[in-house]
Amino acid sequence: MTPEMKYCRSDAGLHAKSDCVASYIPGPGPLEIAVKSSVESLFGTAIKAAALRIALDFGVKSGCIEVDDDGALGETVAARIEAALWKAGFSCRKRKESAIPVPLVRGPSSRQRSRRTRLYLPGNQPHFFINADLFGADCLLFDLEDSVVPERKVDARILVRNTLLGNKMLGACEIMVRINPLSGPFGYDDLAEIVPAIPHVIVLPKCESAQDIKQADEEIGRLEESAGIPRGSIFLVPLVETARGILAADRIASASRRNVAICFGKEDFIRDIHAVPDPECNVPKGTESLMAREMIVLAAHASGIDALDSVFSDIEDEAGLAASCREARALGFSGRAILHPLQVPVANAAFRPTEEEYRDALEVVEAYEQASGKGKGSLSVNGRMVDAPVVERARAVIREYAGEP
Amino acid sequence: MEWTTNSLGRAIPTEIAGRILRPYGDMEAVTRFVPGKKKPCAGDCAQIARRRLDKRVASWDELLDRLSIRDGATISFHHHLRNGDRIVNEVVSRLAARGVRGLRLAATSLFPVHDALLPYIRSGVISRIESSMNGSIGSACSHGEIEEVCILRSHGDRQRAIAAGELKIDVAFIAAPCADSFGNANGLSGKSACGPLGYARPDSQNAACVVVITDGLVPYPCQHWSIQGSNVDYVLEVESIGDNAAINFGTTKLTRSPTQLIIAETTARFIETAGIMKDGFSFQAGAGGISLAAIVFLAKRMREARVKAAFAHGGGTGALVGLLNEGLLGSIIDLQSFDLEAVRSCAENPNHIESDPYASYGPLAKGCVADMLDVAILGATEVDIDFNVNVNTHSDGLLLHGIGGHTDAASSAGCTIITAPSFRKRIPVIREKVTTLTCPGKYVDVIVTERGIAINPIREDLVEKVTGSGLPLVSLEELMHDVQKITGVPEAPHFKERPVALVEWRDGSVIDIVRELDV
Repeated sequence: MTPEMKYCRSDAGLHAKSDCVASYIPGPGPLEIAVKSSVESLFGTAIKAAALRIALDFGVKSGCIEVDDDGALGETVAARIEAALWKAGFSCRKRKESAIPVPLVRGPSSRQRSRRTRLYLPGNQPHFFINADLFGADCLLFDLEDSVVPERKVDARILVRNTLLGNKMLGACEIMVRINPLSGPFGYDDLAEIVPAIPHVIVLPKCESAQDIKQADEEIGRLEESAGIPRGSIFLVPLVETARGILAADRIASASRRNVAICFGKEDFIRDIHAVPDPECNVPKGTESLMAREMIVLAAHASGIDALDSVFSDIEDEAGLAASCREARALGFSGRAILHPLQVPVANAAFRPTEEEYRDALEVVEAYEQASGKGKGSLSVNGRMVDAPVVERARAVIREYAGEP
Repeated sequence: MEWTTNSLGRAIPTEIAGRILRPYGDMEAVTRFVPGKKKPCAGDCAQIARRRLDKRVASWDELLDRLSIRDGATISFHHHLRNGDRIVNEVVSRLAARGVRGLRLAATSLFPVHDALLPYIRSGVISRIESSMNGSIGSACSHGEIEEVCILRSHGDRQRAIAAGELKIDVAFIAAPCADSFGNANGLSGKSACGPLGYARPDSQNAACVVVITDGLVPYPCQHWSIQGSNVDYVLEVESIGDNAAINFGTTKLTRSPTQLIIAETTARFIETAGIMKDGFSFQAGAGGISLAAIVFLAKRMREARVKAAFAHGGGTGALVGLLNEGLLGSIIDLQSFDLEAVRSCAENPNHIESDPYASYGPLAKGCVADMLDVAILGATEVDIDFNVNVNTHSDGLLLHGIGGHTDAASSAGCTIITAPSFRKRIPVIREKVTTLTCPGKYVDVIVTERGIAINPIREDLVEKVTGSGLPLVSLEELMHDVQKITGVPEAPHFKERPVALVEWRDGSVIDIVRELDV
């Protein structure tokens, strides 16, 4: 068997704007690199150089690497070539060094930060990543789970990892990555690829028990250590979207110090409980998931973390979105998932504290600061007990009102 | 006083107050127009002249027989039917079949539908284009496939060049949705209605021979004379001049691109903050996604502030018509229509004023509509750190767009705003030097991108008005570096020495050349 026979033909990436398809075709040496690009005269050399560098890292000496590009950014080109080589059967000889090519400058997040809007970015479609930081979302959620078909999981996790490491167009947003469930075939590989790129938050789907969280917590900790990141740096947000998960919500919410929020997944939940919408009978829309949502809110606040609501899927219906966000807020949720950037301003405004809440918060903080100057730990404002958690919440209200993260 | 007698026996002095008097003769010096004769001829035309004038010819063949177009002739067309035009391709293929070569094509603009001309460019039937060059034709020009050096002119400059005799048109073919047998024509009615026909007016006034081609012949006189029959030699009736549904420029629906929407909203916010949006102001915006959205956002602000604009200028769109009907706009000065809603409104609403390149942009006119604009919102393929703008080539050097009214509006409007994303795909739009210089930076006041607004430092007044307003101001140099961090620094395209096209400024001087690509 000749050496090149152990590698197979492979490709990664999609024929789409701001993306490229990289392919590996086994064959005799020496290695050939063929680039076709809509920006060839401007970036052809750069694309070729990237292919050579990655081929060297992977010890590829024969066959052909083809790149068919339509203006993909550098991180994307590199991710596609790397994914193609992985899928062809190569492995990176100097993985550690090449994994973090630039010093990471991402600012830290905080447990208390505002998470009104988390914009879903399908993990294998890089053109959705362009300018994602400019649309006003509090969080960007790169999705490796439902928006990526199984045969593209490798492509997506390498693309998202590169995008996180490139650290462009992420702005001051909190960076979340939704991985695949650890019970399935992809979850552990997702973590191995994503943790060293240090997202602020890992979103863990289909959580059904405290054990699910502990398992993720442990694995993330192990990966943090081997990547030289302080243990506990990365937050967790469990996503609860099944009947079993709802019934275990309080244990899930309190299962790890990493948890900063717990999140409800409506679509999967409705399927899981076999609820069938019937316009003929007079059960108001949303009744089937109301109790589950309230259990999420209870579980979250019992553990002192945020409750995040599911998506509102009709992207044309602005008024419906605003109403739905206000309803979520009235129930105790502090944010929701967003599918289209145009929904962001509407949802942000709906989750923004009212003028009245803002004034009230100012009053609380002012009174507290005066009192603590005099050495008092608690006091009452307008007949209400004010202690440290109330003050912290008031400060958050002031920040949210001002539109700060 | 000396006397003489004219042919009718009347006594006429030979001279009065220094004027030599010419006695009336049977051979009249001024006579009626006869189709097919280059000039009104002297002679006794009393008999033929008093028949009703009919300029119709029976067929393409009769028309082309009569025109006897020679090798090297310059033929012109208008682009009111945009991508729905059938006449340019029809005429060129018929001339090619007759063996004509070396034609100079002076259309007001060309569209993707005219890619069908490529074989005629390659075979030498067309040897020069003086027009805009888009898509495949632009690419052919960039690759040196057009024999002679082409010329890119703005709409204003084209009118000036025609009037000055720099662009001599042998035959102007004017597609007309509505025309009478005398050659009076308009675009307002008929099955192929396309709105105004003004782009063809300089051609109709200056070409050696003018042909009106219509699929909407009406009895004389047709109701509205965008083209005056007095300038027309022949009228040809055909089955169809084109498909007016294809005049739609992209989509009339508001863009869903969040990046475009950010740019559009920032543009509207700038116009309000800078104090430009006040009662009686005027604006021009193109038909691109960003321009269209900018108008929608501007209208929202006008509504909220109860401000009304006096007029909008340029291409009519359904969006502008909406503002007109709502009372937010006094009138629309139309050079063309970008969609069928605008076409309908042109025909029905008296608040449309049909313009032409002289009135709208004429560089040598005693002022033009563009001079009356408070703000123009325009696009660009590249902008450099000195505010110079490129609208003709892409960063890879390929010729891809005409100038349109860009330089005319930019150099005349009170405030010229360029809207553009700071990069497209992987290509940075903000450059150290533009690949092709179409409009000098001194005429460009503001660049609006998704990553902030850059104001030309020479516009101290604008800088002062918006500083401290919370608008995201950036310097072009910073922006260029920020974008390069995202895209990387592109290589420079490789050119041969040979120029393939001249880019003219509005006065006919050459502002830049486009070179043949070296690939």
